[in-house]
Amino acid sequence: MRWDISKMNTWKAEEFPRGAMIPQAGNSCDYVTGGWRSDRPWRNVETCTNCLICWIFCPDSAIAVQDEKLADEWVNLDHCKGCGICANECPVEAITMVPEGCDISEVK
Amino acid sequence: MPEHKTLATTGNLVVAEAMRQCAPDVVAAYPITPQTTMVEEFAKFVAQGRVHTEYVTVESEHSAMSACIGASAAGARVMTATSAQGLALMWEELYIASGMRLPIVMANANRALSAPINIHCDHSDIMGARDAGWIILFAETAQEAYDNTLISLKVAEDSEVLLPAMTCLDGFITTHSIDRVDLLDDETVKGFVGQYEPDSPLLDDENPVSHGNFAGLGGPYFEFKRSQRNAIDRSKAVVERVGAEFAEISGRPFGLVETDMMDDADVAIVVIGSSAGNARYVAKQMRTEGIKAGVVKVRCFRPFPAREIAEALKGMKAVAVLDRSESFGAEGGPLYLEVRSALYDLEARVPVVNYIYGLGGSDVQLELMHQVYTDLSDIASGAAQSAGLRYLGSR
Repeated sequence: MRWDISKMNTWKAEEFPRGAMIPQAGNSCDYVTGGWRSDRPWRNVETCTNCLICWIFCPDSAIAVQDEKLADEWVNLDHCKGCGICANECPVEAITMVPEGCDISEVK
Repeated sequence: MPEHKTLATTGNLVVAEAMRQCAPDVVAAYPITPQTTMVEEFAKFVAQGRVHTEYVTVESEHSAMSACIGASAAGARVMTATSAQGLALMWEELYIASGMRLPIVMANANRALSAPINIHCDHSDIMGARDAGWIILFAETAQEAYDNTLISLKVAEDSEVLLPAMTCLDGFITTHSIDRVDLLDDETVKGFVGQYEPDSPLLDDENPVSHGNFAGLGGPYFEFKRSQRNAIDRSKAVVERVGAEFAEISGRPFGLVETDMMDDADVAIVVIGSSAGNARYVAKQMRTEGIKAGVVKVRCFRPFPAREIAEALKGMKAVAVLDRSESFGAEGGPLYLEVRSALYDLEARVPVVNYIYGLGGSDVQLELMHQVYTDLSDIASGAAQSAGLRYLGSR
């Protein structure tokens, strides 16, 4: 059974696994880190050539690809930490980092 | 009563023997006076094939405790030993071991901290680690060092506890002096400590887990500390239960607090470690002089047995707490602060004074204990006021 951490913010001391252990592998998808972001990547669809270099470089695997092109919702904002590596690496400067307030409810 | 043998031997050698009998999977240790002969003896057992332990020789105590933490998270039964500067160098790992809830057992040969450099007994090293989240037992004798080592392993690995534990013995006085010790046979110890069944070890590749994780950025760090507090609070009953089980098989009683001549005492000394013997000897002398003297020995310092100490000292006319370590700038030594706090809720106020004694192995002569009881007798009779903190036997 998958370890459900969706209510972690309400857990009491004895509900957490002992010693900050993570009792299951492969659950980083459930752990929302998008709230750490202060700048959000914005893509100019006119300039973008879909070379997918941003997808290769993204350290959080937060770039979504569909049919060998960037998906319409091309950044998973639950996991993008706003590091700006995609904008830095884009060979045609199609990605710009734009400031934002934190608008994700499940900030961890 | 199981088979046992009686030896004339040292504290270090019987702790090594207890470690061999516990059969740890991993020992990572660095030699330091006065713990050295303990880990040398254990290394000899490994070399002789008398215990099948992975003995990791490391380059420092920082590495020793780090290796112990990794091995314990992996699921191993882990033991080690240190002293003084070595314990100080382990400082950050001590908190990591307890925070990760790893039942590592470590012997500490109590020794003064530098500077000036000194290799002899006091409790500065261990008292500096008193808030690190470890269970802490103190031995008065080599016998107690042996017994406490076995008890602390069983307490640490108890599923209600899962915390690291330290078993402390006074440097040179207990680690190196020849003492009479009764040892249990291997089978009895094996039955007592049992097989360690780690919960969620790293090496269980069927059930992959991650240890040592991040809990910051508004995360549940506070909650983890609370559950650590709950665990060490729970450990008190476990120490008592395991101590009672040990008394069954060894015939030697174990108490968080052990009292002598307290039933009708007017004045009492509260003390930790080897000096309890000095206090007991002099208390008997005082009784021939008409002073009803008693002794309260604290054998378990963490969790602190505040209720038991208050119960033992209730109704005393004067109490002296003897600290073999400083808490510079505080109102007194660490034991004094906690004992005095333990007495606060008593209906009738008990006058308590504090003596710092025996730092850096300064000799704890019987005359000094005599002086303490005489001072207490004067305070009890109203002939003297309590004098606050005093350095006992210091020029």
